[in-house]
Amino acid sequence: MTALTKLFRTTTFRLSLTYLALFGAAAVVAIFYIYWNTTVLLTRQLHETIDAELTGLAEQYTGGGLNRLVRTVADRSRTPGNSLYFVADADGRRIAGNLTSISEELAKSLGPVEFEYHRPAEGGIETRLAFANVFRLPGGYRLIVGRDIEDRRELGRVIRSAMLWGLGVMALFGIGGGYLVSRNLLARIDAVAETARTIMEGDLTGRLPVNGSGDELDRLSQNLNLMLARIEQLMAGLREVSDNIAHDLKTPLNRLRNRVEAALREPYGETAYREALAHTIEEADGLIKTFNALLSIARLEAGAAGDNKESLDVGALVRDVAELYEPVAEERGIMLKAEAGDPVFTRADRQLLGQAIANLIDNAIKYGAPDRAQGVNGEMPEVSVTAGAIGPMAEIVVTDRGPGVPTCERERVLGRFVRLEASRSEPGSGLGLSLVAAVARLHGGGLRLDDNHPGLKVVLSLPAEAPPLDNETAKHAAVAPEPKPA
Amino acid sequence: MRVLVIEDDQETASFLRRALKEQGHVAEYAADGQTGLDLARTNAYDILIVDRMLPKLDGLAVIGTLRAEEIRTPVLILSALGEVDDRVKGLRAGGDDYLTKPYAFSELLARIEALARRTSPEEGSTRFVVGDLVLDRLSHKVTRAGEAILLQPREFRLLEYLMKHAGQVVTRTMLLENVWDYHFDPQTNVIDVHVSRLRSKIDKNFATPLLHTVRGAGYSIRDSAH
Repeated sequence: MTALTKLFRTTTFRLSLTYLALFGAAAVVAIFYIYWNTTVLLTRQLHETIDAELTGLAEQYTGGGLNRLVRTVADRSRTPGNSLYFVADADGRRIAGNLTSISEELAKSLGPVEFEYHRPAEGGIETRLAFANVFRLPGGYRLIVGRDIEDRRELGRVIRSAMLWGLGVMALFGIGGGYLVSRNLLARIDAVAETARTIMEGDLTGRLPVNGSGDELDRLSQNLNLMLARIEQLMAGLREVSDNIAHDLKTPLNRLRNRVEAALREPYGETAYREALAHTIEEADGLIKTFNALLSIARLEAGAAGDNKESLDVGALVRDVAELYEPVAEERGIMLKAEAGDPVFTRADRQLLGQAIANLIDNAIKYGAPDRAQGVNGEMPEVSVTAGAIGPMAEIVVTDRGPGVPTCERERVLGRFVRLEASRSEPGSGLGLSLVAAVARLHGGGLRLDDNHPGLKVVLSLPAEAPPLDNETAKHAAVAPEPKPA
Repeated sequence: MRVLVIEDDQETASFLRRALKEQGHVAEYAADGQTGLDLARTNAYDILIVDRMLPKLDGLAVIGTLRAEEIRTPVLILSALGEVDDRVKGLRAGGDDYLTKPYAFSELLARIEALARRTSPEEGSTRFVVGDLVLDRLSHKVTRAGEAILLQPREFRLLEYLMKHAGQVVTRTMLLENVWDYHFDPQTNVIDVHVSRLRSKIDKNFATPLLHTVRGAGYSIRDSAH
């Protein structure tokens, strides 16, 4: 019963019922209209013929008297057909005609009338419907001319029953069809709902059934499946991030705890205690850095930053950041070259973009030297930073001569806490590139890793913008690089 | 210095008061925004340390009210919100400097000392002198013992900032923020390398070093003969 109620509640079923009612009503109206028009036309024709015949017979009477009328009527009565004639005297007695008798009522009436009469037929007498016009002749005689209209009554009956049967069959097919379609659809929807429930219960591998028909339900399922795949992927990413967070935050926390515990346990001198405390602070600072970077990335990815975007020259910023890192690079035996041609403007948060460029340069300096050697043939390994316009994008390219990143790892290293085995010896959180990628996304740009043959080439692209008006450029040039007096 | 700490966390507040006292400052304390505002209105402080999230009255509202009443005491905002946007909001509300929790006390100390110095007369001076080192802000020339020292523009600005705060401790973050205008963590010891380059130019050939490294805090330029 509940299944049936559910079925009747489906949109499809209600829709089929509505259409059924509409089509039924339309059919009834159409058939009735045809029937009505036909009847009206036939009736009018009938009236006209009867009237014409009456007039003719009346003229016969006026011209040749009763005898001539009786003769003509008798003549016409003999011709087979559905014409009915009756001539009666003033008392209603039959003088001529093919009607054997008439009712009292008919005898007294005058003008057009519908009546039933009896006629001998196979196996008895049948009652049939007729239409006639009763005319009073001078001298008290009555002349009745009519037509048998039993066929028309039959036609009405036939049409009525056809209509009823038709409607019945239509209703049957409509309801049946609606039931079948709804049941089919309901089964598919139920399957979708069932899968959705299992997915909600935590099984993200579930997918909605797709039958390959390409209909709207199929397309909906396909799209929902794509969405589910994306959710599964995001959840997997989230799980990986949580695992990484657990690892990368708990390891230093554990180290910190161990150190403090060791200091507490052993009766060291004051210097040793101080050293342990200094280490503790160092470890805590490292944790704070990681934590800050994580929060920044989370905020950037949630789009909750970058309210301070301004139009700035990417080249100038690249030169500025490179200048900050140049001494560090030199100290490490790396030549840091910054090249920027014509100004390329983009709309960006100076701090965020600056940090992104700083992270890229920092990475290149840390991992960009081939095996810490003094370069090939005594030449200094080179890290280069360039800014330029490529089509509609402003591109910042950082290249190094280090070991690079294998093609299969290029997507992965953008993830949080991902560090390649080779780089584990260097200090770092594995959040640098994630932050750059997040900054790029926030500014509507992208981050791409490439091969520098040999080395790594990192391309940070941002949508370029027309340079700001002159006075604004002047304002930025005067304000941005000049530090505030403190 | 007379310092008012407006901070709702008891432990942080008492730590700050104790540490400030050790440094020879007088520290008073308010546990909520309203009390803090009343104290700041009625007493003359050299500096206010205001937490951003406070009960009763928000930290930014406290600063806004004070500034509207023409009370210009320097304010250091403390906040757990460390993003650039939050920083800008804090400074726009009338704060003079912004420090993100968690912070090192040495950082806080260096910053409040720099802020309090802001109101001192040498701010607008055109010549900074430390021992025999002279920096002329107008001609952009630096001399030590009468000998000209050639500096890159950034090195000049670095020295200028250090000399403006001569005798005080200047942290790496303060240098990054004020000399480079960067408010992010550069990951590597970039500032140290810049300072050591500067040091090699101003101290290398002279008997008395002027630019000192303060362990666990930052740098300080001072004439140790004093």
